[in-house]
Amino acid sequence: MPVIIDTEENRIVARLKGEIDHHNAKELRSDIDVAIDRNRPEIVVLDFSGVTFMDSSGIGLVMGRYKTVSAYGGQVFVENTSAQIKKVMRLAGLDRLAEIK
Amino acid sequence: MNVKNEVKIIFPSNSCNEAFARVAVTSVISALDPTVSEIAEIKTAVSEAVTNCIVHGYRNTAGKIELYVRLTEDNTVYIRIKDTGTGIPDIKKAMEPLYTSVPEEERAGLGFAVMENFMDRIKVTSKEGKGTTVKMYRKICSGKNT
Ligand SMILES: Nc1ncnc2c1ncn2[C@@H]1O[C@H](COP(=O)(O)OP(=O)(O)OP(=O)(O)O)[C@@H](O)[C@H]1O
Ligand SMILES: [Mg+2]
Repeated sequence: MPVIIDTEENRIVARLKGEIDHHNAKELRSDIDVAIDRNRPEIVVLDFSGVTFMDSSGIGLVMGRYKTVSAYGGQVFVENTSAQIKKVMRLAGLDRLAEIK
Repeated sequence: MNVKNEVKIIFPSNSCNEAFARVAVTSVISALDPTVSEIAEIKTAVSEAVTNCIVHGYRNTAGKIELYVRLTEDNTVYIRIKDTGTGIPDIKKAMEPLYTSVPEEERAGLGFAVMENFMDRIKVTSKEGKGTTVKMYRKICSGKNT
């Protein structure tokens, strides 16, 4: 299972796992979107602590969730990114969109 | 420059081979004793180029991708990734950060930006209807045997 989703009041935490590339982004995306649609949480946390690799497909994934969530007034937080992932996210200017910790 | 090692692999454009290409390149370049961060950056660039062949070159249909890796005595990694798919009509535009021809697929348009940032040099050649070749160079600075 590439993502474990914890639902709390007004908040979901999606713990992503493994490598995020074009091959497995699709499944991750639909799992997260199901939880977002169901709960409309004020805060969506994308926890990257279990992610060992990410390319620009991961950027698409974060930007897409950011679009959906900010459209209804929610917020996206990106947490626990490794040095490699931070570098890719900075390149995309994602640190200006979502809060990256 | 003397060649230390060279490897050519041809594989079908299945998306599961994105991971395979990363592992193959990591394994070949390990002979130059790269740092964790050098490995991560080269892997990311390879992942971008191979994904582009699958997503754009072959538009998710069946095709062959050629991956060639060469290590030279000056501790340089040369990587060439080639498809015989659709080709790129305007390379300059395609390489602009945030440009994507498929925005509806949640693509960020950052693949080439990643390759340019993570490699020392990249060169793209393409012909519409014939295919695309991406050539990338990266010098490994950490090598014990410099
Ligand atoms: N091998 C290829 N064959 C055909 N077209 C390509 C190829 N590689 C890139 N392109 C074209 O260049 C554009 C830019 O590529 P780039 O990798 O920068 O962004 P992307 O693939 O669209 O998005 P991302 O890589 O961020 O997911 C693509 O949208 C596509 O139109
Ligand atoms: Mg791309």
